[in-house]
Amino acid sequence: MPDASWVGTALEPAGPYQVAREKIREFAGAIGDDSAVSHDVDAARAAGHRDLVAPPTFTVCFTMPVIEAFLRDPAFDWDYTRMVHGDQRISFTRPIVAGDELTTVVHVDELRTRAGNHMLTLRCEVADETGAPVATTHALLVTQAGEGSS
Amino acid sequence: MSVAGAAAGDELPALQVYVTRADLVRYAGASGDLNPIHWSDRVATGAGLPGVIAHGMLTMALAGRLLTAWTGDPSSVRSYGTRFTRPVVVPDDDTGALVELSGTVSDVREDGGVRVATVDLAARFDGRTVLGRARAEVVLPS
Repeated sequence: MPDASWVGTALEPAGPYQVAREKIREFAGAIGDDSAVSHDVDAARAAGHRDLVAPPTFTVCFTMPVIEAFLRDPAFDWDYTRMVHGDQRISFTRPIVAGDELTTVVHVDELRTRAGNHMLTLRCEVADETGAPVATTHALLVTQAGEGSS
Repeated sequence: MSVAGAAAGDELPALQVYVTRADLVRYAGASGDLNPIHWSDRVATGAGLPGVIAHGMLTMALAGRLLTAWTGDPSSVRSYGTRFTRPVVVPDDDTGALVELSGTVSDVREDGGVRVATVDLAARFDGRTVLGRARAEVVLPS
């Protein structure tokens, strides 16, 4: 049974994660996004950006490792091996560009047990090196409740 | 259809993508999501799945390509969310799994001097939807 006392708490800030040009190109390539501003620095600058612009779902690259580390921590008692992703939301205060140094704070927003499943909502608040907000992500993660759980 | 002049009811250019095992391996590496249900039949079937499945976040990203291709700039996407309702099962063959992506503008509004479109996205695999309530807010080019 996951430890409900985590609900309402925030984890230690993780990072900084340095957003690299080549990581943006690699990620955009892996999802088949050929937007010029994600591959060509000149095109990005011509469009008014400081550097290459990350695809919207790029946030997964630096938020999921932080989430995974928390969920694999035995202290939380979460069955990571049977976890599925229920939903995902991402909202941006500004786009993520190469050169950003991003810090992620995971907030444990909600934990419910329903129909034999534990349903966990984690929110990531992403800020840049000045502390200014960049993005907020919400993930609903679901894992089967073990025997004896209610 | 002009993107800048987009109106409710407009359809975004649709996209068909064949997702192969190689695509899953490449996405696993790029995203850092190394969960073996996305590359090992043994682990996937052991977890009760029909076989290796695509990362939900990959399917979300493929649908997101409709948005970035439409406006030409990923920075136009203000928000994007979806539910993952069914898995995309990816066979170990040379063709892969066909994922069909489409999007419709459901609303356009003025917001602080820019026009913001709400886009409802759909992703279908094997004749059924795999994303639920997939919706994005996109700033339209001026």
